[in-house]
Amino acid sequence: MSNLSTEIEEKIARAKEALDAHVREIVEWHFDPETGTPFWLDFREKLDFDPRKDIHTFQDLQRFPIFEDEWLRGGPVRRWVPKAYQDRPIYVFETGGTTGIPKSRVAIDDFRIDYELFSETLPEEHFPKGANWLMLGPSGPRRLRLAVEHLAQYRGGICFGLDLDPRWVVKLINKGWTEHLEAYKSHVIDQAMTLLSAGHDLKVLFTTPKLLEAFALRLEDEGSSVKEAGFTGIFSGGTEFTPQWTRFAVEELLDGVYITPTYGNTLMGLAASKPVGPHDGYKITYYAPQPRAVIEVVDPDDGRTVVGYGESGRVRLTTLTKEFLVPGFLERDEGEREEPYETYPWDGVSGVRPFQKLASTTTVGVY
Amino acid sequence: MIDIPVLRWGKPYDSLEKDTVVHFDTGEELATVSLAGGGLIERDMRKAQRARDVLREIPPRDLVAMVKKAADLYMKEELPLGNGTQGPDDFVKYQSATTGLPEHMCRANMEKNHFVLTRMDEVLDALTRGLDLSILSAGYGVEERGVTLSYQAQSPVLGLVLPSNSPGVHTLWMPVIPLQIGLVFKPGPQEPWTPYRMAEAFFQAGVPRETISIYPGLGDIGAAVLKSCNRSMIFGGQATVERYKGDPRVQVHGPGFSKILLGDDVVDDWESYLDVMVDSVLVNSGRSCISCSGIWASRHTKEIAKAIAERLGPVAPLSPEDPESALAAFTVPGVAEAISNEIDQHLEEAGSEDVTRKYRGEDEARLVPRERCDYLRPTVIHCESPDNWLANQEYMFPFVSVVNCPQEKMIATIGSTLVGSAITSDEDFRSKLRDAIHIDRLNVGPVPTIRLNWLQPHEGNIIDFLFRARAYQEA
Repeated sequence: MSNLSTEIEEKIARAKEALDAHVREIVEWHFDPETGTPFWLDFREKLDFDPRKDIHTFQDLQRFPIFEDEWLRGGPVRRWVPKAYQDRPIYVFETGGTTGIPKSRVAIDDFRIDYELFSETLPEEHFPKGANWLMLGPSGPRRLRLAVEHLAQYRGGICFGLDLDPRWVVKLINKGWTEHLEAYKSHVIDQAMTLLSAGHDLKVLFTTPKLLEAFALRLEDEGSSVKEAGFTGIFSGGTEFTPQWTRFAVEELLDGVYITPTYGNTLMGLAASKPVGPHDGYKITYYAPQPRAVIEVVDPDDGRTVVGYGESGRVRLTTLTKEFLVPGFLERDEGEREEPYETYPWDGVSGVRPFQKLASTTTVGVY
Repeated sequence: MIDIPVLRWGKPYDSLEKDTVVHFDTGEELATVSLAGGGLIERDMRKAQRARDVLREIPPRDLVAMVKKAADLYMKEELPLGNGTQGPDDFVKYQSATTGLPEHMCRANMEKNHFVLTRMDEVLDALTRGLDLSILSAGYGVEERGVTLSYQAQSPVLGLVLPSNSPGVHTLWMPVIPLQIGLVFKPGPQEPWTPYRMAEAFFQAGVPRETISIYPGLGDIGAAVLKSCNRSMIFGGQATVERYKGDPRVQVHGPGFSKILLGDDVVDDWESYLDVMVDSVLVNSGRSCISCSGIWASRHTKEIAKAIAERLGPVAPLSPEDPESALAAFTVPGVAEAISNEIDQHLEEAGSEDVTRKYRGEDEARLVPRERCDYLRPTVIHCESPDNWLANQEYMFPFVSVVNCPQEKMIATIGSTLVGSAITSDEDFRSKLRDAIHIDRLNVGPVPTIRLNWLQPHEGNIIDFLFRARAYQEA
């Protein structure tokens, strides 16, 4: 049962209208023979409806079959590039790939747009314009690596990075080579410490929860702290955030340095979180950057029916940009459906964690 | 409902993440337990030296007295537990309800812990071979015979990654506090009770709170404890043993493969030792590493197996409150069935027979499934040869293989054996058994494998594990 005020109800209605209009625009674009995406134009032949005529609302996207991530594996990746963008410089970002062929996503400007939108959520006092960033996260063919660098540049800073191969980390975990795992983690933190000692005036940090913990503990070992090292803001994501871990970080590692958890992936982009803190038990609730992406929490058995507010279900993502259309992809995560609120007048998801039915086969690394 | 916090150097910490501990049979929620995180432990362990420093301010003899006092507090008193208190009867009830062990066995384990605590001075005297504890405390000293000795503690604390299903293991770490070394526990998910009750008994007896931490949690917490403590004990299966074998920082306690060996000189009189054999298999529901899983003899093995099966076969699950209850429940879904299936699979091999089958009653079934738990009824296997796969297996229920093997081949064939009870007067055989380095605890004579002398070391002497003897000279 919803207890939302009339004002928020109106915002929700407007957001829904905007989403439905955006859906029509994006579907029209991807299925138009002039501008459309070869994959979707081919896919159209298998459908018993015409997306350009029959899809009017976000709800109508349910007419598509559930998006299979296997469709993203292997080449030619140009089948995912809309005809209108065939002459543009194309990036390809990968996800997975510890063993076998990774999933690929093509991109042109999406990662920049997504992170510029996210930039608006970052408080200036903690993420000062012109500040230099440390990207303590994955390198290689990752959207995150370029996106964070762009975010730093967009905010007028320079991003310093390091080498971190998350596929090797997952292999070490799967092999049970814990000594090698610790050694590799130390190698990564060593690189961060070297950058920190090099006079780059680093103020903002991107990192994952596990690496933040290791970095903070190393700084403590050396008689310093995240705060004393000069950091004022931390943008963190990449692996599961729990309320307890966030509380531990805030209370014991960060000494007042601001942290903002995020949820995202290569396919969707980036979901920001509601402000996190002791006021609501460090509960972490994410909201997708609608209308470019939508998060739903659905019945894990059918993958389609949205569960009630507060109920648990599997996370279902929809990406709606001119570069990339993913109508309903079932993530390897589960969580609880959350109500809209003033800043984000659409559904959110809290308590995000690995989807239990898949958890035994999923290895969560540093990223 | 009881709400149990993390204990960080004696201070309660209420985590935002909690596990619910339920009754194995009824599903009733009995307690919530705060869960720790790996980073929290790593950070706390930076203060581990403080635990040893604080303990070194108290003379070892005073700590021994505190431990003795704690014995009675643990055994008899209502002690704080999380948001409430717990008396000894509730302790037994809850431990039984979450581990599946019958209540009388929980009480027996309590008495065992009490026994060891009350005799701590004797235990330490035996384990240190009579060393004055002040030498361990100071790090050096001169013995009465004029010899200078020096021992270095290898860690300010001992990490303990404890099991869920066997509350009998706790005696191993009890001598640690009087040695002025702190304790860092990762309790088994179903058995948080003993570490908390024992810690509280220690505190009430005067042991400083900042010397003990308890971190409930999942597998990553065990890894964090092992990583952060320079000396740790871990309890687990054969995979755990293999994983930590050869790691000087870790003392690993796994399956015991404990055995009774009947010498050729006594085997014709095997009936005289039937009680010893039955007790060794059945006591504590066969759940201990010291429970007997193999009886080896050169002849009469079929008769021995049949006689044990006649005694154990009728043993069936009873209510955990029943004082006659001899079987513990398997509380993790699927485990009992998997074990039973594995045994059946290997019974297809020629030379192995489940002798118990016809003594179990009508359906002869080993597996007794219940709504929320399962039981496995005692199983006696006869193996015609040590080559049979089932000849050297161990499971967490009364399971024993009676193996036909010539005496002259026994020592070379039995494999790793935690407790070996050799019933023989053959001095040549006894001598070879004393030299066998794969037998840890050797009992000579009709001693049940489950009867431990607490003045003897177990799977390595904890003094040698925690302290290193080294040279020390003063000019």
